[in-house]
Amino acid sequence: MEHAKKLNIKETSKKLLGVNPADAKLSLSYFTVAFVSLLIGGVLGLLQGLERSGIISLPSWLTYYQVLTAHGLLLLVVFSATFTIGYQYANLSHSFGGLLPKVRKLAWIGFVLMVIGTAMAATMIILNEASVLYTFYPPLAAHPLFYIGLVLVVVGIWFCCFGVFINYRHWRKNHPGQTTPILAFFAMGVFVLWFFASIGVATEVLTLIPWAMGLVETTNVMVARTLFWWFGHTLVNIWYLVAVSAWYVIVPKIIGGRHFNEKLIRLVVILLVILNIPGGFHHQIIDPAISVPIKFLHVFMSLSIAVPSLMTAFAMFAVFEKTGRKLGGKGLLGWVKKLPWGDVRFLAPMIAMLAFIPGGAGGIVNTSNQLNQVVHNTMWVVGHFHVTVGMSVVMTFFGICYWLIPHLAKRQLTPKMNKIGVIQTLIWTLGMIIMAGSMHIAGLLGDPRRTSYTTYSDHPTALSWIPYEYMFAIGATLLLIGVIIQVYAVFNMMFFAPKGHTEYPVAEPEDGAPAAPLWTERWGLWSVMLLLVVAMAYVIPIVDMIMHAPPGSPPIRTW
Amino acid sequence: MHRLEEIWLTVSCGILIIFMFIVGYQAFALEMGPPSHMETIDPQKVDQTEPFDNPGVFEIGENEYEVVMTMQTFGFTPNKIEIPVGAEVHFTLTSKDVTHGFQVAGTNINAMVMPGHIQKISHTFDEPGEYLVLCNEYCGIGHQVMATTITVK
Repeated sequence: MEHAKKLNIKETSKKLLGVNPADAKLSLSYFTVAFVSLLIGGVLGLLQGLERSGIISLPSWLTYYQVLTAHGLLLLVVFSATFTIGYQYANLSHSFGGLLPKVRKLAWIGFVLMVIGTAMAATMIILNEASVLYTFYPPLAAHPLFYIGLVLVVVGIWFCCFGVFINYRHWRKNHPGQTTPILAFFAMGVFVLWFFASIGVATEVLTLIPWAMGLVETTNVMVARTLFWWFGHTLVNIWYLVAVSAWYVIVPKIIGGRHFNEKLIRLVVILLVILNIPGGFHHQIIDPAISVPIKFLHVFMSLSIAVPSLMTAFAMFAVFEKTGRKLGGKGLLGWVKKLPWGDVRFLAPMIAMLAFIPGGAGGIVNTSNQLNQVVHNTMWVVGHFHVTVGMSVVMTFFGICYWLIPHLAKRQLTPKMNKIGVIQTLIWTLGMIIMAGSMHIAGLLGDPRRTSYTTYSDHPTALSWIPYEYMFAIGATLLLIGVIIQVYAVFNMMFFAPKGHTEYPVAEPEDGAPAAPLWTERWGLWSVMLLLVVAMAYVIPIVDMIMHAPPGSPPIRTW
Repeated sequence: MHRLEEIWLTVSCGILIIFMFIVGYQAFALEMGPPSHMETIDPQKVDQTEPFDNPGVFEIGENEYEVVMTMQTFGFTPNKIEIPVGAEVHFTLTSKDVTHGFQVAGTNINAMVMPGHIQKISHTFDEPGEYLVLCNEYCGIGHQVMATTITVK
């Protein structure tokens, strides 16, 4: 009791004094790595757009596939992971009134491991020893150091997972009978999912290392691929869950409203955590060695992830309408005008949410057996994930920067910087619409993904794709301009913006709203349910792939 | 839960369930399920294993053909296939090295072809023309030239 009182004093003093400087330094270091990665990854993205459409040809020492591997790794793994950790740890520090010193230490160890791991993998890519793309499907065999680098990145993430678990447990122990602050609850969801997701890829990579070193002769390519997607698709939903945390809790405060019913928010988090991992199978719908009934089961399992998203869609628009009406919006749609469209902290995540409408619909297409067969491995898929990741997730991340970075750096968001942010948001939106829109169409016409510039000996079908590929390049150019503005904004707010205080916008519940039920905090139970769902999804196909395995494949280098 | 929210969730989940029924009906009743062949093969002995020791186009019925094909960096064996209009073609595919993707642009033919696994997919070519066949899974430095044609006349 005495201890709890002391903690409460600490929390109140934190609210008065602002962020703990040691915690701020941790998050800002993660953001620095994130936005340096974004800049490099963005430049590589433009190079791809220009090469793909035949506008430039890359020099002999830098191939399209090297560029593509690095673009995928830097943006899908490094940028997303480091931003997520920086943001989630800031949320945790804010919710708990500072991190425990040992948790901070764990997060720093994670940081160092991830930086070393990324440097190792990136070096192998630059040396052309690892042109295996983001998915590194065996039997394509990269240099062992590439895989060791990946292991270090995963272990780094695990350190951050354990940090969150320890801090969560500590807080709960000292606040018996209380539910955790909602942002800390989200952080638990994110890191629980991350922990279980990365078990798949860690297992895969650990079997590939001795194989790539020549200690083991062959590997089971089908099992490796399945373990990859166990991780690969779940990762997408980890980013999504991170974005959703800002939609539910941050955005309502920015527009001057209250957050939605907390019980429903928590239910959405729990469902996203439990149901997610089997979604990876829809990347394998046209694979051999998985039977049609098993694939049908996975259509169901993938579609079930749509349910919490549909709940989110309703909740968010309910919050917008209620707030807009409270601010004086009249008539059927008058409330729309009352929303703060000129505030980048709202505009960016709002466009991100709107993008999730076509993004989610496209996802339902991709997960549906026969429809998947039409679009699998075409540019459609690339268009799809640039809408979902590049808009729904990344624009939410960008929007977060405009309050979180000045808050952590004890600086201000100036009206001028807000304007720059609005312009950045509009350029990014336009670039993505042009690029991802043309990618969707080109994909429906058959244009394959992950392929450098080609006309297939001037085949008329391939030539018909070229105009769309020019559109990719135009979109990619706008996007790089967007990246440069965003990176400028981030570092300006970190180091140069005027000193001052910036609010951490956390929405409150409605007046008289019931307290969140304590049963939602049963993370042990949710983890068991997650594992049950994983078992339902994976035991039969993986046992089948191992029991009926063909002779394995030796490492092969084809680049 | 709010009344409107109940309606929203009932309708949207109802749509998902109808969707499942349609996908299931197509997959099982109409046999339009995605390519999912279960047979395996030693990926290092493809040339010595039936039927891939003799790849080619074989007439197996009235205007019905089987194409036994291997994929390897960066080509298809056999390539430049010709078949008559209206032919029903059954492709039997495997890879001799890394993972490839078998796609015929302008049709619904799209299947992953992996070392160690035999993949099968069928299609009826009702329209004449020169169809572009391409590899749609990254397979190495020459991936972008891995293509051939199927001429239907």
